[in-house]
Amino acid sequence: MAVPITHYLVLAAALFCLGALGVLIRRNALVVFMSVELMLNAANLTFLAFARERGDLSGHAAAFFVIAVAAAEAAVGLAIIIAVFRSRNTVNVEELRTMRH
Amino acid sequence: MSVEVVLFWLFAACTLLSAAVVVVVRSPLSCAISLVGTFFSLAGIYVLLWAHTIAVLQVLVYAGAIMVLFLFVIMLLSLAEVGPGTKLSFSRLLGAGAAVALFAALLGSILKLPVRPDAWAADPAKAAAFGTLDSVGKLLYTSYLLPFEAVSVLLLVAIVGAVVVAKSRI
Repeated sequence: MAVPITHYLVLAAALFCLGALGVLIRRNALVVFMSVELMLNAANLTFLAFARERGDLSGHAAAFFVIAVAAAEAAVGLAIIIAVFRSRNTVNVEELRTMRH
Repeated sequence: MSVEVVLFWLFAACTLLSAAVVVVVRSPLSCAISLVGTFFSLAGIYVLLWAHTIAVLQVLVYAGAIMVLFLFVIMLLSLAEVGPGTKLSFSRLLGAGAAVALFAALLGSILKLPVRPDAWAADPAKAAAFGTLDSVGKLLYTSYLLPFEAVSVLLLVAIVGAVVVAKSRI
């Protein structure tokens, strides 16, 4: 391999941490959601990197399922955001504090 | 430097740059557009890992379907202009510190991984079949048939759930 597998893994780790950072510091629920998608993509990249290293296609099947679950999650999550926006008129996660405590 | 190395660094830089824009920029619309860039450069990285099928799926499902959904919701909520300001607070500093610490921990464990030579790729027949639609499809419809069918049920439940949650009056 021209590019060692470690490079791909470090890239995936950086992408995952950027996603985690977005989830922790952003207040717009939509952007938090996009950051979750970034984290899912980082997991996918790790699956594919190990699949390439070991010559095992199971990693590709796992990535396929992650993409399918991400699609389902995006549909339901965005529906929840729309429902929350309808009742509260905001998507700021710091103003949504009914379920705190 | 081979073409593969150049392409890897190009795609990696694009991925990280656009992912950073997603996290930093205030307008949700710019975040969504930047996210499309992340997905496209990640598809390039997947091709470098010989995962052609997953790369095509990435562009179709993520950059196509999921991003259209995001843009649609942004337009629907008319959030394009407003965005909460970014104030520096203790909890945010804590969050940033946690993300950096997580990256350090991951980096430490990744660098400890043993380097294995990919001897299997020397076999031209195996290397040619790796990651093609043919081989991935065969795997999905034999070893992973049950999870595959379960995913179809999951998608159906997600469609019904999304309609029930988002519709104000059924």
